[in-house]
Amino acid sequence: MAGKPRGSEELQHTADWSLRVWAGDLSALFEEAARGLNELAGVKPSGGKRVKRHFETEAPDAESLLVAFLSELIYYQEQQHIGFSIFDIRIFDMPNNEYRISADMEGAPIRSIGKPIKAVTYHNLKIEKTARGLEAEIVFDV
Amino acid sequence: MNIENLIQISDYEWEIPTDVRRDMRVPVRLFATRELIEQIISDKSLDQAVNAATLPGLVGSVIVMPDMHQGYGFPIGGVAATEFPGGVVSPGAIGYDINCGVRLLASKIELESARSHLDRLATLLNKYCPSGVGKEGALRVTTKELDHVLHDGSRWAMKNNFATEADLARTEESGCLEDAKPEKVSDRAKERGRQQIGSLGAGNHFIEVDVVDEIFDENAASIMGLWAGYLTVQIHCGSRGLGHQICTDYVQQFQSAVKKYGIDLPDRELVCAPMDTPEGQAYLGAMRAAANFAFANRQLLAHSARRAFEETFKSRDAYLHQVYDICHNMGKIETHEVNGRRMKVCVHRKGATRAFGPGTPGLPPEYQKIGQPVIIPGSMGTASWVLVGTKDSMARSFGSSCHGAGRVMSRAKAKHEVRGDALKKELEEQGIKVRAGSLSGLAEESPQAYKDVDRVVETVSEAGIARKVARLKPVAVIKG
Repeated sequence: MAGKPRGSEELQHTADWSLRVWAGDLSALFEEAARGLNELAGVKPSGGKRVKRHFETEAPDAESLLVAFLSELIYYQEQQHIGFSIFDIRIFDMPNNEYRISADMEGAPIRSIGKPIKAVTYHNLKIEKTARGLEAEIVFDV
Repeated sequence: MNIENLIQISDYEWEIPTDVRRDMRVPVRLFATRELIEQIISDKSLDQAVNAATLPGLVGSVIVMPDMHQGYGFPIGGVAATEFPGGVVSPGAIGYDINCGVRLLASKIELESARSHLDRLATLLNKYCPSGVGKEGALRVTTKELDHVLHDGSRWAMKNNFATEADLARTEESGCLEDAKPEKVSDRAKERGRQQIGSLGAGNHFIEVDVVDEIFDENAASIMGLWAGYLTVQIHCGSRGLGHQICTDYVQQFQSAVKKYGIDLPDRELVCAPMDTPEGQAYLGAMRAAANFAFANRQLLAHSARRAFEETFKSRDAYLHQVYDICHNMGKIETHEVNGRRMKVCVHRKGATRAFGPGTPGLPPEYQKIGQPVIIPGSMGTASWVLVGTKDSMARSFGSSCHGAGRVMSRAKAKHEVRGDALKKELEEQGIKVRAGSLSGLAEESPQAYKDVDRVVETVSEAGIARKVARLKPVAVIKG
């Protein structure tokens, strides 16, 4: 899927924050969602020691997997004050129709955060095939 | 959704009938003026209310308040009652910040004598009440101690000298929901809670010092201990990261519960489980634990606010007595009359306040005659209100009322149109002391991002589901 456009944009939402993300495949879509989350929250890394973490989980569908992955990033931001900027994400379609993520993440302690995100919602969350590859709209609780 | 889908019942009440969409199980009843309806229609909140009307086991109508606005899954400002125990409980219809609520405290300090001390008061409140997302609280508790907080709520605070019996008597549910199950709360949720207990958080949470600007009901105000010209404090906060993690955990778990119980919903954020199932029972136990955490947290913040007042004014008049503590995001088992039959229901309130009328069991003796105090915080720089619940609220809105002004502008737009530093200056020029952790966060919460709280209050008052007691005006705001 090399060459497919990828990115994210903030959407209007009255009470919370909403993000549209697009990319050529699921792994790239998850990475764009992570970058979009960092941007929305205004995560500023410090020049401190680099930190590496690994994350693995399974979910019954791709949307649940995305919520679990982004929730993990929120946990690291809030509780361990770590922001990740480099992602190596592998997503597997399992034989039992479930999805599995294995993600290596590298980042740094957070210097400051503008407006942190508190939770990821399932509201109207659907990963859809479009001309741009895959797209999803994610609503965050702030 | 457009205004043609709505049936006007009166100047302050509208209905979306069940024939608007085939999957609706009950109608939607709105308390709003035409002007407010026109604002509400500008976002997706009415579609969300119709989605909420598809939940299994609903009784009566889904109720929405004039401060309604778009949320996720369930609209903010919504109330839905499901039959107990066979109906469902939906974590998304209660919200992530379980038992987000407001506490009102009142002093005998007059504004005129306090003006020269307000800077110091704001600084001390900011110092003693840690704010900001993920900000750690001043108190450290062990995991075992946290389980006591989750089980006992404000009772834990009283045992540890952070609360008085009078505080508990003037707290919804006396500050403790029975049947909380700390064992149904994940380790991650407890980790988030353990670090954050005693802190204010960010977003729209705040501590505000107000002056009682005008009294509308002398008798009710004097029973509450509110006097024109005197200082009060509002504390708006919830269950912090602990509640968010519980909601995240159960919304995720209930994705499979709806398949197991054959429940088809228009939005995955509305996932639910029947209350008489292991899944439903587990969520109710965890949700009550989060509610108890929030009660204890507001109590700790009240304790810190008392310290700030006493250090600032060094006078017995500085003691902050509790007027009431109310919850905004909660699922409660209550008894209501529906279609002429008294029945137990789970009342989901998301961005709505319990507003029990006079004589309702559970209110402290002094409020039995006047009804439950309902605290309506405004947006920064605007008025807040103290109301009381009415007999009509019991009959028409499952004993509920509005919870605030209600947003009307997106956060993205507010950030674009309002500069935090300019807003801070503007508020300071109005005589309002501001302590804010984030200027962009301040901009998102600017008054122009909200509806006119006076019109919202006018609507619930004219509709008869609440009655005005007093109006408050801000003199100092502390925000995360």
